[in-house]
Amino acid sequence: MREMFNTGRLLLWGGVALLFLFLPLIFSGGFSLSMLSQMGIMIIFALSYNMLLGQTGLLSFGHAVYFGLGAFVTAHAINFVEAGAFGLPISFMPLVGGMTGLFFSLILGFVTTRRPGTPFAMISLGIAEMVAASALMFTTFFGGEGGIVTNRTAGGASWGVSYGPQIQVYFLIAVWCFVSMALMFAITRTPLGRIANAVRDNPERAQFIGYNPTRVRWLMMSLAGFFAGIAGALATINYEIITAEALGLMASGNVVLMAFIGGIGQFWGPMIGAVLVTWLQSALSNFTQAWLLYFGLLFLLIILFSPGGISNLITIHLPAWRAGVVKRLMPSYGFAFLSGGIAFIGVVGVIELLYRGALFGGVHVGLTWIASTLMVFIGGFFLRRAARAVRKVWEDLSPELARWS
Amino acid sequence: MELGKDMNRRALALTDVRKQFGQTKIINGVNLDITAGERHALIGPNGAGKSTLFNLISGRFPVSSGSISLHGSEITNKEPQVINRLGLSRSFQITNIFPKLTVFENLRCAVFWALGYRYSFFRRVSALYDARESAEQTLAMIGLEDRREKMAGELTYAEQRALEIGITIASGSDVILLDEPTAGMSRSETDAAVALISRVTEGKTLLMVEHDMGVVFNLADRISVLVYGEVIATGTPAEIRANKKVQEAYLGTQLEEDEE
Repeated sequence: MREMFNTGRLLLWGGVALLFLFLPLIFSGGFSLSMLSQMGIMIIFALSYNMLLGQTGLLSFGHAVYFGLGAFVTAHAINFVEAGAFGLPISFMPLVGGMTGLFFSLILGFVTTRRPGTPFAMISLGIAEMVAASALMFTTFFGGEGGIVTNRTAGGASWGVSYGPQIQVYFLIAVWCFVSMALMFAITRTPLGRIANAVRDNPERAQFIGYNPTRVRWLMMSLAGFFAGIAGALATINYEIITAEALGLMASGNVVLMAFIGGIGQFWGPMIGAVLVTWLQSALSNFTQAWLLYFGLLFLLIILFSPGGISNLITIHLPAWRAGVVKRLMPSYGFAFLSGGIAFIGVVGVIELLYRGALFGGVHVGLTWIASTLMVFIGGFFLRRAARAVRKVWEDLSPELARWS
Repeated sequence: MELGKDMNRRALALTDVRKQFGQTKIINGVNLDITAGERHALIGPNGAGKSTLFNLISGRFPVSSGSISLHGSEITNKEPQVINRLGLSRSFQITNIFPKLTVFENLRCAVFWALGYRYSFFRRVSALYDARESAEQTLAMIGLEDRREKMAGELTYAEQRALEIGITIASGSDVILLDEPTAGMSRSETDAAVALISRVTEGKTLLMVEHDMGVVFNLADRISVLVYGEVIATGTPAEIRANKKVQEAYLGTQLEEDEE
């Protein structure tokens, strides 16, 4: 019965719904609103990707194929609606994208899911390359360099909703995002969801409890393709243009980064990744031209020092929180943040100097060089000590925490 | 009771089963009948092909020739999951569990297929009371109730061995194959494992590979001796002890040790 009425979980989902509702009131500017919309799309996309990576153990380098194909078919569907060929409200267009994603992942997944591990990763890469190449060849469908342009107001207005203003599109995305999140979460709690975990852990043993691992992977991939297609359709509606980039290797790589940065071990990890990466891509690129470099650095740091991603960083602190010993971690964390901050400023200085090509150029530049380099070394030196201190506190706490984990 | 003579009660039958890897012949024409309801031990020196034979029966490897039937229906070279669905379940010599699932989830996953939930993605597991009930029962049977929510990968070796058996028997298969269930265990752990095995295979057909002769003579109704890929003798423990061929080929010293 405990699982039937999980009040905590209901409250959490209610909180998410409220958050989606009130976010545009807090961040109401045009820039914020389009960023929130993009985040919603990417949350669906990243969660659908984690159905493969985190839940089934399939490292795909071609998940954007289903996002992109869903987006293109939706673009054509909207254009058909505009031409009067058939009627479907824009609100339900994500279903077109979803069905497209499902259709293609059923077909392509049948081939790719035969083998897990490296062969799967390589085949997914091959298929991504193949689809990306076809996108440039079949220009009638993919629109060539210019892509396919649509008009999201094609359906006309009903009950005052025309999808002209961005806020209406935001709410469309928010609703689909919420529903997709809930469905994907629900799937983790079904026999298939659980068996997918079993296949991820040990495909051979899964066979000896009656399951065909290939079938399990194929089904999970098809479902993941469905949700990726929904995300793609929402992207079409949001941007009113879709180009071949959307199904390219860059887009596929991006969702891998989101999942890893957020963490693939928890259901909600990729959501954090999607939000953070989207924000970095929009906000960081306003500050510096070298934002991709910083982005790569962040990815590197996370893979090196917290392979479970940000969500894992959070979950390992839960026992400390429950045990009420967080404040004992604080001094060493403060030390780490301080020295990390110094090193970070130094690194930023060096990167910016390098990036702007300011190798030579007078006394000021020289001083900045010296200061930045010094900060990298001083910060790095203390960061090592801080890391040791942090490790020490954790070791001291571990007997106390054992009860709380 | 004349075990093995009653053809209708034959749970598992191997007819001239052969297996070779390249030029190496591992199994050279094994004929074996396992009667429904008996506990049958397969013994033999290292490299005799015991584990290979298990892998052939359970569908992990294809046979080179010969045929295997389960309750009279042909299972030769069928896929492992197909054989499992027909009521044959096996454990592994090297622990083979789902390390990142909880102990309870390991056992629940093992019963889904048998209860007909197959690949369902629209039923909530928390509402599948029969699956939970079944998993709880197995959990109690293998004595891991207090490890219920622990990750299987974090269990001790003996606990993982118990879970290995739990996964194997959870779905209620009536033919159970255990591959060295007590390998690497201490004396007391072995005793516990023997008690567990005799408890969970009550009323079922058991075929087991085992090196520990104490365990074998304790548990088995009949014993088959495999040497160089051939069954050189099959019989009750007393018959096997008395068998000259067996003593020459393999047992001899070990039997005397265990009879102290």
